[in-house]
Amino acid sequence: MPAPQTPPATPPARAPLLDVANLSVSFASDRGRVKAIDDVSFTVQEGEILSIVGESGSGKTVTLLSLLGLNDPRTTFVDGSVLFRGQRILEMSDRQMRRIRGKDIGLISQDPMTALTPVYTIGWQIVEQIRAHERIAKAAARKRAIDLLAEVGFANPAEAVDRYPHQLSGGMRQRALIALALSCNPALLVADEPTTALDVTVQAQVLDLLLRLRDDFGSAIILITHDMGVVSEVADRVHVMYAGRIVERGTTDAVFADPQHPYTWGLLASIPPLHGARQARLRSIPGLPPTADGIPAGCGFAPRCRFAFDACAARPPDRRGDSHSAMCFLDPSDRERLRSEMLERERPA
Amino acid sequence: MSATAPPRPLLAATDLTKHFTVGKTFWPGSGRTLRAVEDVSLEVFPGETLGLVGESGSGKSTLGRCLTRLYTLTAGRLLFDGRDISAAKERALKPVRLNMQMIFQDPSASLNPRRRVRDIVGDVLHVHKIRPAAAIEDRLAELMGLVGLGGDYLDRYPHEFSGGQRQRIGIARALAVEPKLIVADEPVSALDVSVQAQIVNLFNELQERLHLTYVFIAHDLAVVRQVSTRVAVMYLGSIVETGETDALYSRPAHPYTEALLSAIPQPGRRARGNRILLEGELPSPLDPPRGCKFSTRCRYAQARCRTDRPAPTAIAGGSRTVACHFPLVAGA
Amino acid sequence: MLTAIIQRLAQMVFVMFGISALVFLIFFATPGADPAARIAGRNAAQETVEAIRHDFGFDRPLPVQYGIMMKRLFISRDLTSFVNRGLQVVPQVLAAAPITLSLVCGAAVLWVVGGIAVGVLAALTRDTIIDKALMMLALIGVSMPVFWFGEMMNLVSQSRFHDTWLFSWVPGLGYKSLWTDPWGWFKTLVIPWFTLAALYIGIYGRVLRANLVEAYQEDFIRTARAKGLSPARVMVRHALRVSLIPFVTMFGLDFGVLVGGAALLTEVVFGLNGVGRLTYQALLSLDLPMILATVMYASFFVVVTNALVDMLYVLIDPRVRKS
Repeated sequence: MPAPQTPPATPPARAPLLDVANLSVSFASDRGRVKAIDDVSFTVQEGEILSIVGESGSGKTVTLLSLLGLNDPRTTFVDGSVLFRGQRILEMSDRQMRRIRGKDIGLISQDPMTALTPVYTIGWQIVEQIRAHERIAKAAARKRAIDLLAEVGFANPAEAVDRYPHQLSGGMRQRALIALALSCNPALLVADEPTTALDVTVQAQVLDLLLRLRDDFGSAIILITHDMGVVSEVADRVHVMYAGRIVERGTTDAVFADPQHPYTWGLLASIPPLHGARQARLRSIPGLPPTADGIPAGCGFAPRCRFAFDACAARPPDRRGDSHSAMCFLDPSDRERLRSEMLERERPA
Repeated sequence: MSATAPPRPLLAATDLTKHFTVGKTFWPGSGRTLRAVEDVSLEVFPGETLGLVGESGSGKSTLGRCLTRLYTLTAGRLLFDGRDISAAKERALKPVRLNMQMIFQDPSASLNPRRRVRDIVGDVLHVHKIRPAAAIEDRLAELMGLVGLGGDYLDRYPHEFSGGQRQRIGIARALAVEPKLIVADEPVSALDVSVQAQIVNLFNELQERLHLTYVFIAHDLAVVRQVSTRVAVMYLGSIVETGETDALYSRPAHPYTEALLSAIPQPGRRARGNRILLEGELPSPLDPPRGCKFSTRCRYAQARCRTDRPAPTAIAGGSRTVACHFPLVAGA
Repeated sequence: MLTAIIQRLAQMVFVMFGISALVFLIFFATPGADPAARIAGRNAAQETVEAIRHDFGFDRPLPVQYGIMMKRLFISRDLTSFVNRGLQVVPQVLAAAPITLSLVCGAAVLWVVGGIAVGVLAALTRDTIIDKALMMLALIGVSMPVFWFGEMMNLVSQSRFHDTWLFSWVPGLGYKSLWTDPWGWFKTLVIPWFTLAALYIGIYGRVLRANLVEAYQEDFIRTARAKGLSPARVMVRHALRVSLIPFVTMFGLDFGVLVGGAALLTEVVFGLNGVGRLTYQALLSLDLPMILATVMYASFFVVVTNALVDMLYVLIDPRVRKS
C-alpha cells in the first residue's frame, strides 16, 4: 500500500471527481487469498462518461462494488486509495460512507427485474432514499419522486409513482431505477451493465436517457459493460479490463480507431459486424479467460496471446499518465503491422 | 439455393397459431387469450439457416417450441419432411424428434448437474438404440471431437465447465441422434463475446460437415447475420418480414426491421443522430392493436394501418416477404 | 374483491364437504367395519345389532346415512357418542376448543416473536459464534421431543424446584378459564406455551435465517444498501419484509394443524383437555361420531387459516394482487 497522502483542504481546481490509485481487491477462498483486482488506477472527471469494458470475471463489477464500499468486509480485502472529491472513501467508517452512498454516488444495477424490492411501490422506494439523506416532508419527497419519474420518461408519472415493480416492463423498471439513482442529484453515477438485460430498441431509449441526464444533471457516469457497441456510442473514455487489470486506456475514438492491446484487437474482431461483407468465420480469441485463482504473474493475457514472447512472463508496464496506452510489451511501432497481420491470417482463403 | 427445381422444404409451417390462456380460475370461460404466435407461415429448406429475430415478447421462443412440437399447436399446419405433424401424438412424434433437436439458451440450466457428460450425451444413444452398445464409446468420443472437446472430458460434471464448454456439451447432446434439423433458441446470448464467436463458428463448421439445417433464434441481430442464410423478423407474435440475410440487412423492407437495425450500437460508430427511436412500449399480446400490430409505434403509419392488418406479401421478385401496407422496398 | 371472497368461501365449503364425505366413507363404508357391531359391543346378540342398525339408520343407503349424520352434527347438534351412550358430541368439542385455542395462540405469539428474533439475529451475525450458537440452540429446540421436554418442565416446576422462588407461582396441571380467572389462565399456560413454542422457534428461526441469507444475495438488497440506508433499515424494511412471505405460509399451515388437534402431546403432558386429547380418546375407542366431529372441527381450522393466509398474502405481497 502506498504512503497515505494527506488530502488537501480544498481540492485544486482541476482535481478529478474520482481518483482511484493502485486499487487491489482480493477475496478469501478455500485456497487462500484470490486476487480479483490487481493494482488498478483510473480517474473520472466531473461530467464525463468513463466506460470500463470487459468480459465476465474481468473484475469490473468488483471494482464498482469497492467504490461504493459494498463488498463484504469479512471476506474481501481492499488495498489502495480512492479519493472522491478529495476524501479518502476506503478508510471511511460505515456511517460516513452511508452519507455518500446514494447521495453523492448513485448505483444503477444490471437487472431491473430484480434490483427493486418487489413489495414496495417505486414511489415509496424513491421517497425512502430521498428521506434517508435529506430532512424533507413525505409529501415533498413524493412530489420530487413524481418529477424524477417524469424526467426519466414516464408518460404518466403521477400514476406510475404508485406502481409496483412487477407492474412495469423491463425498460420502465430500468428507468425507475435510474430515477432512484438520480434522486439525490449525485455527482457520480455508477451503472453496472445498465442495458444488458434490455432489448435493443429499449436499450437505445435508455442510452439516450443516460446521455441526456449527463447533460441536464451534470453527473459523471462510470459505465460498466461488456458491449463494445454501447461503449462506442456513449463513452468519452474507455478502459479495457482483462483478468483484474486495466490493459488498455484511452479516449473512445482513439481506442476504436487504433486499438493497442492484442486483447482489444481480439475483442473487437470477435464482434460480428452488422454492415459490410460477412466473414465465413468470426475471429475468436482462442482459449478461456483465467479464473481469479489462475491469473499469471506476468501479462494476464499472455496464455491466449499469439504475439506473446519471453518478456511477457514479467508484468508489463502500465503507463498511466498517457492519454492512450496499453499494458503490453509489444513495441508500439510494430503494433499496427502485427494487428493487420492477425486480421489477415485469420481471414480464410 | 441452387438454380435447379425448388427443393422441398424440410420444415413448412402454414398459419401456425399458438394461444395461451392466462388468469384462468375455477369458472369455465374465465381467463384471457394470450396470442403468443399468430398465423405464422414459414419454410425452412435443407442445408440453410433460418434466423428468427425479435425482441422479448415477440413470440420467437414460443414459435421455436411450436416448430419442434414441444408445444401443441392451437391452429395451423406443420409439415416436417413432407409429413404432417401438426396434430401428431407423442408416440408418433418419437421418430420425428430424432430428426429434430433443440438447443437452449442457458447451458447450465439444461444440463442435469448430477450427471456426468458421458451420461448426459450418451443417454439418447442407449434409449434410442441408435448404435450397438459396443459402438457407443466410440460415438461419444466422436461427438466430443465434433464439438471441440476432448474425450477426457466425458467423466466430468457440468459445473466443471465454463459457459462456452457447457454449450458445446448441449450441442453434442443434440447431435447424438444425428438430426437433420436443429432449432437453437438463443444459444450464444449467455456467453461472453470472445466465447460467443467460438460457438458461432462451431455452428457454421458443424453445418458444413454434417449438412445440418438450422433455425437459429436470437435477439442479437449481428449474430443472426453471421450465421443465417435467410432471416425472419418477428414482432408481437407475427412475422413482419423475411428475406435473404444480406438483402434484408442492407435494405430492410418493414419499418420495424429498419428501427431494430438502427437501434443496435455499433463499435467504432458514434452516429447517434440518425437513430430511429421507437416511442412507447410493446403492446400487450393479450390485447394486440387491431390493424397492423406495429402501427402504434410506426413512424410511417397511416389511417389504413390502424384498421387493416397487412398480410405477408412477396416483394423483390418473390425472394422476400413483408407484412406492411407501405413497405420500404418496392413491390414485386 | 367481493366475488373473490365469495369464491373463497365456496371453496372452503367444498373442501369441508370433501373431507367430511371422505371421513364418513372411511369409517362407515369400509368393508368389515360394521358400525352397528361396534356400537353394540363385543358378544352382542344379533338382534341387538339389528336393532341398533335400524335405530341409527345404518340399514339405509349411504347418502342418506351421510345426510342424517351431517344434519345431526350441524343442524340439530344432537349427535351422540357411540361409546358413551347419550353423551352429546358437539358440546364436548365446543368445551375442548377454547383450551386448545388458548394453548396454540399463546404459543404462536411466542414462536413468531422468538423465531423472528432468532432468525434476524443469526442472519445479522452470519458465520460468527453468535450465529452458530443460535443455530445450535434452534437445532436442540427442534430435536427435543415435546413429551420429554414437557415432562422435564413439569418435573422442574411442579416438584423438584416448585418450592423455590423461581417456580412457586406455578399452579397445578389443568386448565383455568380465561373468562372466570384470567390470571390463573395465564399462569397455567405459560409453561405449556414455552414447551410447544420451543420446537417452532427452532424451525422458524432456522428457516428465516436461511431466507434472510438468501435475500441478502439479491440485487434489491444491493440497491437498498447503495441508497445509503442504515443496516437496520435494510434488514427490517427490505430483507425481512420479503422473507416474511414464505414465513406466513408456514405459519398458516402449522397454526391450522395445531389448533386442529396436533398439539396432542402438549395437551396430554400438561393435563389440558383440548381437542387433541378428545380426538385421541375417540380414536382409541373408535367412537365414530366423535371422530367425525373432531375431524370436521380440525379441517375447519385448517381451511380457515389457509383462507386467512391467502388474504394476508394479498396484504403483504403486491405481486399476487390482481392488477
